[in-house]
Amino acid sequence: MPGKSPESRPEVKPAASELQTKPAVKPSDVIVNEKVEVVQKEEKPVAEKISIGELHLSGCTGCLVTLADNYEGLFKLLDDYADLVYALTLVDVRHVPEMDVCLVEGSCCLDDKLSVEELKEARAKSKVLVAYGACAAYGNITRFCRGGQWNQPGHESYVPISEVVDVDLFLPSCPPCPQAIRNVAVMAYLLLKGNDEQKNLATAYLTPLMQLAQRGNEACGCDLMYDVINQGLCMGCGTCAGTCPVRAITMEYGKPNVNRDLCIKCGACYAQCPRSWFNFDVMNNYEGIMDAIKGAMQ
Amino acid sequence: MDVLGNYKSAISARSTDGEILKKSQDGGIITTLFAYALEEGIIDGAIVAGPSDEPWKPEPMVATTKAELLAAAGTRYNISPNLYLIKEATRSYGLDRVGIVGVPCQIQAVRKVQLYPIGMRDVDDKIALALGIYCMENLSYQALEAIVEDHCNQKMESVKKMDIGKGKFTVYTERGAVSQMPLKLIHKYVQPGCHVCLDYVANLADISSGSVGSPDGWSTVFVRSMKGNAVWDGAMAAGLFETKPMDQVKPGLDLVKKLATEKITKNQKNVDARKTVGLKADGTPKGLRNPYESP
Repeated sequence: MPGKSPESRPEVKPAASELQTKPAVKPSDVIVNEKVEVVQKEEKPVAEKISIGELHLSGCTGCLVTLADNYEGLFKLLDDYADLVYALTLVDVRHVPEMDVCLVEGSCCLDDKLSVEELKEARAKSKVLVAYGACAAYGNITRFCRGGQWNQPGHESYVPISEVVDVDLFLPSCPPCPQAIRNVAVMAYLLLKGNDEQKNLATAYLTPLMQLAQRGNEACGCDLMYDVINQGLCMGCGTCAGTCPVRAITMEYGKPNVNRDLCIKCGACYAQCPRSWFNFDVMNNYEGIMDAIKGAMQ
Repeated sequence: MDVLGNYKSAISARSTDGEILKKSQDGGIITTLFAYALEEGIIDGAIVAGPSDEPWKPEPMVATTKAELLAAAGTRYNISPNLYLIKEATRSYGLDRVGIVGVPCQIQAVRKVQLYPIGMRDVDDKIALALGIYCMENLSYQALEAIVEDHCNQKMESVKKMDIGKGKFTVYTERGAVSQMPLKLIHKYVQPGCHVCLDYVANLADISSGSVGSPDGWSTVFVRSMKGNAVWDGAMAAGLFETKPMDQVKPGLDLVKKLATEKITKNQKNVDARKTVGLKADGTPKGLRNPYESP
């Protein structure tokens, strides 16, 4: 390499500067040079990664901590699949940058103009905008805020982010699972950088989470009544009660009973319910997909 | 996917453990496999349908000994919400390797928990063995009460065993009475949620088992996943099962396939019918929610 490039450079440099007047450069020289450059690019570890950012609005930082709760898995994600380009405390970047995937944590406080502006900026600058966690997706516990709290007593209007911007994908629960954000990050990588087969898999995997974003931004334990039991779909498996982060659900004679005073409206029960959605095209291949994700993280 | 799902082998089998066979519904497959997995450290505990305060009402429990497994052996014919404990088993119980048994819809739920862990933090890689049991349809506890007490005229607390087979629901009491009712009369008591189920033999389990296809006292076993295969091979090597090839038993795999096809065809029709059950103002059909299409 050191032997070749000094020889070719003097020939190419003038050719490049004369490109507009002389488009036909010696083909053989150019091809050699391009090859060298491509190889060097691929050797850079950042070459094929996607960029991910986290916009922090009115949330408790539990979602951000959840991302870090992947422990060594987070390093693997950042080494091989994604650059973290924006995140409170983790990245020293002040302004919302361009990014492939923006994870938004927290609901949006309409009384805080900066929140609204940053959310809109994040929407404009990202390819995929994810409501990361229950506050962003459904409002969660901020649904109960009526203002008067220290130290911003005037802040009382909190809405799920989809009231302000279009959202592509929901990742509910309070907090979401580290494994869920890991799976979504790997799938987003496959979707944006993978081959056709990988793109198809990633699309199939992400589809229900995208449909969830279209379903609406109100969640409650009542969803189990309205959209599962009332619809004649509940078979009493117990998943909703098992997944509830605040233990608001018990199983009484084979059906869920929601203590609505405890429910924080995080949407976990409905999203985890096998009768909210069950996509056979993905689930039937569970062994292969789990092995693939495990392999990607090693 | 075939109605019987992917499987590596199908075998007719029976436990060689007399103690288990005394309590088990058929071949004692699930109890024996969990006992073996506990013994070998493949699992630290298993979520099973344990006893409760009311007769024949199952309560999910984490079994960590063979005695606890035996207390949960046998079929109760009403739903035990075993997924209720799947996160708890890794928390309060501190299990790193969880076994779980469930009907097909519950095994589907297990796989959804693993692929889409929404509120199930740190659970996905702790599910070490998911065993499935065949299920045509299930009942609520109150429905089972109506069947046993009203139709069969027996008290719940005096029943020793319940069984479904040859078109009949049969109740055996402690004092030797046998009451039967035709299975078709049960239909109105079935949980509505069972009518959209498109899985009969727990296609997504590591190993699934049920009586259909094998002679009385034996079970038909499908070994499905890599994990399931390793456990089954280990249990066979330890001499825990006597087996017969499926093509040498009556009624054989054809009956399993026939019932699976019947269930899935019937329920697929119901899933489709739900799409046009109502009527819009413009005269076009209005549908109910379809979980197989979108949330």
